Amino acid sequence: MSADIKVDKIMDLKGMPCPMPVVKVSKGIKEVAIGQVIEAHTTDPGALADFPAWARTSGNEILKTDQTGDVIKFYIKRKV
Amino acid sequence: MKEKEGKEKDLEKQFAELKGWVENLSKVAPENKLVLICFSGDLDKALAAFIIATGAAAMGMDVVMFFTFWGTPLLRDKKKTAGGKDLMGKMFGFMLPKGVNALKLSKMNMGGMGTAMMKALMKKKNVASLEDMLALAAEMEVRIFICEMSMDLMGFKREEMIAYPNLTYCGVAKMLEEAQSSKVQFFI
Repeated sequence: MSADIKVDKIMDLKGMPCPMPVVKVSKGIKEVAIGQVIEAHTTDPGALADFPAWARTSGNEILKTDQTGDVIKFYIKRKV
Repeated sequence: MKEKEGKEKDLEKQFAELKGWVENLSKVAPENKLVLICFSGDLDKALAAFIIATGAAAMGMDVVMFFTFWGTPLLRDKKKTAGGKDLMGKMFGFMLPKGVNALKLSKMNMGGMGTAMMKALMKKKNVASLEDMLALAAEMEVRIFICEMSMDLMGFKREEMIAYPNLTYCGVAKMLEEAQSSKVQFFI
């Protein structure tokens, strides 16, 4: 959890390789309302490039990226 | 005064012209669509095709996979059989893989040992199997086209193919129509 961002849904995508993190998050984001935020946890290093690319093309916004050890946390706001 | 009217008319004309251009451009502008031509019947290449297809669907793209030639037998259902085949049809049916689970690696197959090792490795590394990817593609509304000519050439019957929600049997023209209006096309 990040202190300044209100998270509406947490997705554990750890251990999943390409393309599953992006596939899952594209489904998961439809389960929250526009304006709500998903916190996605992944261990796929490719996600550092893939999540921003997915967000740009799908029209959603990555508010913040946190990396602790192998785990990368994305805070994604549903915009569309 | 007259000069001003003339200018306005001129502007109106330019605007109409511009509107025409924009309308024409929007008609030919590619859609947010991916067309994959799945020619290969190799496990590795089929996996690449399905990863690209499901990834594109996740990015909000409309996805079409056109299976042709060696890619066609991937879509056979291992549990289904079809009768009424001629000798060549029976031979192709026997020699070609029956469904995605029967595919082999394009390299390092080593009599099936390499493929078995790769499958074990995929499982260990949590990489989705082709069977899972096919189910995922269906769930993500990826459309699958099957080349009718390949079906005929290899003697495959429709009743031996998988039940997939978005399946179309077609020829090159239907695939090209989709490809023409798509942003991205890949041949695998």
